[in-house]
Amino acid sequence: MFGLNKKDFSLLLIVAGLLLFAPFLLNPFPEGSAMAQFNGGYPDLMQRLVIFGIFAVGFNILFGLTGYLSFGHAAFLGVGSYAAIWMMKLLTMNVVPAIIMAVIFAGLFALVVGYISLRRSGIYFSILTLAFAQMSYALAYSVLTPITGGETGLQPKLADPRLLDGASDDGRIPQANLFGLDMGASYEMAVGPWLFTFNAGYYIAAAFMLLAFYIAIRIFRSPFGMMLRAIKSNQQRLNYTGLNARPYTLAAFVISGMYAGLAGGLLVAMDTQVGPERMFWTASGEVVLMTILGGAGTLIGPVLGAGVIKYMENIVSKINSTILHDWFAFLPDGIEDLLVTLIYPFVGKGWHLTLGIMFMLVVIFLPGGLVEGGQRIARLFGRGKKDEAAAETEAAKQQPPAE
Amino acid sequence: MDAIILQILNGLDKGSAYALIALGLTLIFGTLGVVNFAHGALFMIGAFCAVTFSRLLSLSYETVDPTKTDFLGNPAKINTPYVQDWFGMQTGSVIIDWAVPLSILFAIPVMLAVGVIMERGLIKHFYHRPHADQILVTFGLAIVLQEIIKFYYGANPIPTPAPAVFAGSFDFGTLMGFDPNTIIYPYWRLVYFAFAVAIIAGVFAFLQFTTFGMVVRAGMADRETVGLLGINIDKRFTIMFGIAAAVAGLAGVMYTPINSPNYHMGMDFLVLSFVVVVVGGMGSLPGAVLAGFVLGILESFASMAIVLETIPGLNQIIIYLVAIIILLTRPRGLMGRKGVMEE
Repeated sequence: MFGLNKKDFSLLLIVAGLLLFAPFLLNPFPEGSAMAQFNGGYPDLMQRLVIFGIFAVGFNILFGLTGYLSFGHAAFLGVGSYAAIWMMKLLTMNVVPAIIMAVIFAGLFALVVGYISLRRSGIYFSILTLAFAQMSYALAYSVLTPITGGETGLQPKLADPRLLDGASDDGRIPQANLFGLDMGASYEMAVGPWLFTFNAGYYIAAAFMLLAFYIAIRIFRSPFGMMLRAIKSNQQRLNYTGLNARPYTLAAFVISGMYAGLAGGLLVAMDTQVGPERMFWTASGEVVLMTILGGAGTLIGPVLGAGVIKYMENIVSKINSTILHDWFAFLPDGIEDLLVTLIYPFVGKGWHLTLGIMFMLVVIFLPGGLVEGGQRIARLFGRGKKDEAAAETEAAKQQPPAE
Repeated sequence: MDAIILQILNGLDKGSAYALIALGLTLIFGTLGVVNFAHGALFMIGAFCAVTFSRLLSLSYETVDPTKTDFLGNPAKINTPYVQDWFGMQTGSVIIDWAVPLSILFAIPVMLAVGVIMERGLIKHFYHRPHADQILVTFGLAIVLQEIIKFYYGANPIPTPAPAVFAGSFDFGTLMGFDPNTIIYPYWRLVYFAFAVAIIAGVFAFLQFTTFGMVVRAGMADRETVGLLGINIDKRFTIMFGIAAAVAGLAGVMYTPINSPNYHMGMDFLVLSFVVVVVGGMGSLPGAVLAGFVLGILESFASMAIVLETIPGLNQIIIYLVAIIILLTRPRGLMGRKGVMEE
């Protein structure tokens, strides 16, 4: 179906199902219960999960498949965001042109950066992309202020021309919409004590996610994807066979840049503002974390990683010491205080610490990321069955031999 | 002329910091072949060694002074640092005043220990993994170290002043026959520059003139052969990692009066010092030092008002611009050798 084999198609179906039922799946606890703070089913978080999933899937095409570690991918996200917001300011609040322009501009920028950076490989490539990203950040922050809004960033204003929309009648800044469907529109469904929110913006982002994921599967399975894998496993050997790897790596770079641009455009569509901090190099580091954490080179891994990190960022970071004390209130006072003291550095404002430790553990013990972890557990329980899913990652994540 | 001299001077202290961090990075890269993204975190830990030490020195106890009262009429409390009790009033306050330079004594063993533990505990397992894995795991370590510091010291910068003796500025103008006040330069920055030069000279002398350094240099050239000669090269490399960590840490200690330490200063310097290393040529120690100073000075020239009027924002991007140009025209960097990090 859709040019996919049975296994890939079922993977696509699973992703589609997860996306469709995310408002239920992420809201397992009744409203008002003690566990309700672990509910991730509110629109803002779900949109972020999906958008950064797209970003990570794109990054994975470059890093997981081709083996080039870029430390500057947030630059493309930023360029996409700026392009999108300018479309909203100049043309219309409809998100379609904004997203299209985001993808195009990010792709063009990636073409320029990739053309230069891909002359080198390995650590030099990482540093070059880092240098480009930091440069774009500095430019967006200071020099290009007329275009980027500098430190304060950009958001739609009443005085913007918005050629297609015309002046807004009620004097309010119009909301981003899709042919009249407001991105912020939500339908809330109360089932007993549960409250599920279905948000238009989320489902639009989810549709793009599904499309992005489908394209990623096609790339992974195509001869082009095979070539990228060959580049990762041994570029020298490829050169000896008389093949020029540059066009392939450049294509991979541009594609992943376009994914980043799409994510940037969607971010603007959901929340109509941009700031230069979106391009800072730690933002590029974040997508690296997502991809590695979930499993570089696997299809579903980056989505998983993005989900885990964004979930932690939004949920774990909200746990403060009062909540911890509530949890352990049933224990004797001394033990309660001890437990809270022990756990407190890892949650709330310290959630980055948990993330860093988790990431290090994954890099050290689980190079295939959470996906490999899941497979190991699955193999442990179902030893008799031949693990087909393993074959996919095995083929994808062949590391180049150590020097 | 005076403007040029002023900019060169201005560039020196930033260049010194770049050069010291890049030197450590190159030492680690040259000996162990590991790309250490946690090196900026080591710089930051050094800076927080200074913070910790100056806090330790000013630990004090409270006594009630019956002769004085505060504005509410309660008896006033006075804090007496323990140091003043032990060394006497006068000496005690001098010691507290000199906390930053004195923290070098505290930072050296701490940084050596941190470096050795890091190498034995983590880096050692990554010798034979791809460079990407090394970057990733040290990047993770940098996040962890940064968060630990943030947890214990908070997110705000902590001012850590230099000794009062170095408070003023030195007037180069009168020394060189210009008008007074045309070329003035804070004393502490001079100290920092002199310190950086001393450390760099020390590291080079250590590598050049001691037997240990000779073995390490041999090991950098051909690790296997040195090992076959019956020398425990791993142990020496571990010590070199400790030394590299100490160099970064000391750079951090002495940098505290220039910029108050905060938890993300490591990451801020890390990116730049990687660029410095690449511009200098990976694995080349003189290259790292040269590139550090050159880029520091270039940055300060780019921040001149007259330059910024012509090309706004140049000061923020000059280093990256230079790095991109150098990497594309001279792929090995300024002083890089053949065959280092070339796939």
